[in-house]
Amino acid sequence: MTQAHLDKFGRPIVVVTGIGVVTSLGQGKEDNWRRLTAGESGIHTITRFPIEGMRTTIAGTVDFLFDGRVAAPNLSEKLATLAAEEAIAESGIGTPGEFPGPLFAAVPPVELEWPERQQLAEAVGHYPIVYHDLLGAAASGKFRPWHERFLFGSVADRLADKFGTQGQPISLSTACASGATAIQLGVEAIRRGETEVALSLGTDGSVHPEALIRFSLLSALTTANDKPEEAARPFAKNRDGFVMAEGAAALVLESYAHAVARGAKILGVLEGCGEMADNFHRTRSSPDGRPIVGCMKNALADAGVTPDDVDYINAHGTSTPENDRMEYVGLKGVFSEEKLAQTPISSNKSMIGHTLTAAGAIEAAVSLLTIQNGRIPPTINYNIPDPAIPLDVVPNVARDAQVRRVISNSFGFGGQNVCLVLAAEPA
Amino acid sequence: MPDVTEGRSRNQRDVWITGIGLVSSLGEGLDAHWQALTAGSPPVTDNTTFAPYVVHPLVKVNFDSQIPKKGDQRQMEPWQRIGTYAAGLALDAAGIAKNAEILSNTDMVVAAGGGERDFQVDAAILNDLSASNDAGRLLNERLLSDLRPTLSLAQLSNLLAGNISIVHGVTGSSRTFMGEESSGVDAARIAYARIAAGQSEIGLVGGAYNAEREDTLLLNDLDAFCMKGAFSPAFTAPGIASGSMGAFLVLESPEHAKARGATPIAKLSGVWSERAKRAVAGAVPAKVKALLDKAGTAPGTAVISGVTGARDATQAEAEALTASGLPVRAVANRIGHGFEAQFIAALALAALAVSKGTLFPPLAGDPLEKAADGISRAIVTQVGHWRGEGAGLVEKA
Repeated sequence: MTQAHLDKFGRPIVVVTGIGVVTSLGQGKEDNWRRLTAGESGIHTITRFPIEGMRTTIAGTVDFLFDGRVAAPNLSEKLATLAAEEAIAESGIGTPGEFPGPLFAAVPPVELEWPERQQLAEAVGHYPIVYHDLLGAAASGKFRPWHERFLFGSVADRLADKFGTQGQPISLSTACASGATAIQLGVEAIRRGETEVALSLGTDGSVHPEALIRFSLLSALTTANDKPEEAARPFAKNRDGFVMAEGAAALVLESYAHAVARGAKILGVLEGCGEMADNFHRTRSSPDGRPIVGCMKNALADAGVTPDDVDYINAHGTSTPENDRMEYVGLKGVFSEEKLAQTPISSNKSMIGHTLTAAGAIEAAVSLLTIQNGRIPPTINYNIPDPAIPLDVVPNVARDAQVRRVISNSFGFGGQNVCLVLAAEPA
Repeated sequence: MPDVTEGRSRNQRDVWITGIGLVSSLGEGLDAHWQALTAGSPPVTDNTTFAPYVVHPLVKVNFDSQIPKKGDQRQMEPWQRIGTYAAGLALDAAGIAKNAEILSNTDMVVAAGGGERDFQVDAAILNDLSASNDAGRLLNERLLSDLRPTLSLAQLSNLLAGNISIVHGVTGSSRTFMGEESSGVDAARIAYARIAAGQSEIGLVGGAYNAEREDTLLLNDLDAFCMKGAFSPAFTAPGIASGSMGAFLVLESPEHAKARGATPIAKLSGVWSERAKRAVAGAVPAKVKALLDKAGTAPGTAVISGVTGARDATQAEAEALTASGLPVRAVANRIGHGFEAQFIAALALAALAVSKGTLFPPLAGDPLEKAADGISRAIVTQVGHWRGEGAGLVEKA
């Protein structure tokens, strides 16, 4: 490995050689990029299950993969499979069924869902039941495959089988920062020299009634059900909550030396990762924004760059009143007033909603496409600016711009914050 | 191709275990555990509360001592409370509790499962659904009115880590791994590897499990994995007797520990994570043998096994361990099986035994446990009940 393949701290440079994306806007990078830069929304009224009696009846579900209802882990697995297939095909690495590195998979927590519970209750053979009766039905052996399906490691395990990744896959969750954490784990493994290649992905196919209602009970979701495509309004004054959504993205990460040696096309560089946990509250950020500031500063320091080197910010931008305000407070703590005013920032969630476990990976993928295409996707539904958040949010229309370096923010419930620094290939 | 699961390569630093927090059916803290282990008494089990299932209930714990705010306790389900409590014990033992400067640079990796159901609510809704002709609406309305708003937080896997940040102030970084037994192996592996490679100076790694809940018994009994009736020793492969436990370790670079005057309980010398193709006959024993070879089986080595008691996996591990000729102790024979927490609990008991220089007595009736001499190193093995094989090496510091 030559000097040119090491970063300024002497670590292997980590590059991206494959990208795959699925969201409610469509399958694959091309479709998603075209529609994201056209300012289209993938948010719609839910048709997957009855919505009567719900406060929020819209979501960015991915409805084009299965005809009927499938359990969340089945959908999460399918989404991840499609994203990984696209990423691996683009990178041209390995051979089919033999990926030469480990898998880091951000996957949503799983549990038996209501249709399964109802089948167990039916199998008891009488009503009313008590919960203990369900155990007898479980022990009947009639529902054997559900055990494996509803284990936390199940989705990553099947992906490991399908793609032939090396070793035991890591299934991880840092809530809404999970996708970014998966990438960070891959970067660290390559920097340690444990591997030359890693597959990092985030997937989430868990829009089902209880999941939606749990977020409703936390007052986290928008209730702007009438015009679904206008419901996600990051940074706008009339934002009132996020839109739950589904999707997946996968990145093939590779040491620069390894990618160059095999003549792979370099799609971008993972220059730095930063994290800092918040201990203020389970769903709210420290009022001073310290952990948000800290995770961005840590990421920039890890990349060995300064705020002045950043051309564009891919926001966490959930469209909740609290998050977007705190993200602004955090940005003010990192960037000078002058630099922040000049730096475009936009939220992909205005179009695809909040893909939760997948969001960090999807937004890293979109950040790389932004660099590649020299075009910044807009923040749509930005019609009423919030005077408390004076940012250039690339309102409503995509913008052409030379973008060489992006930071992508992800902040999770439970106080888990991650920031990634992504850049164009070294000149 | 490099070995991607290799936990250690050249030019790496030692990793010390400078704090252990352990709570289980046997008690709380290392001293209580050592006393119970060396007394040679049978494990503490309960086969009536959840009959026919056998569980190891958590010892009575004063949660207030580590989680002083009742409001915090109310925001947690039992598995989170157990874990937050054990994490506090580990920070205390390492001498870094309430040390804001160190805690703000402490990297946390938690191995976690997920949230607990409200059993009354679930049963009541199922009963009403059976009689409803508008089941979709009924389910939505009942969930909106019957679920506690904080339930979703108490259920999220990453909220054990979140609660540890809030209650104990650990904020350097926070990562949660899921995926049953392997999540514990990989949590330890990543925390270990980052310190060994200089990516981190100090870490908190651990997990927690609440065995006294019917939803996880249900999940595991779907495929007949549970121990039922009376307790039997783990290497007879009687099924899984789950055990309530919380286990956390403080891992630290020697430089960082020395600078603050801390001494090691033991040294963590390697963690390896593997995945056998279980459909292939002989794959699991071969993986376990490879892991033992990697850790080295010099004289003075014992095996502290995280064996689950589950069919197939247990016999496969037993085959490799028997062939090794090493003395073996099963964690499940003492405190039951704690899934995500099991490997960390096993590392804790291994560190304890190595620090004492001796193994605790065998459990009568277990086919693998035999009397043994003094030890200076212990290999912790973990064969997941359905997937994943791992090992860790603990040595005298």
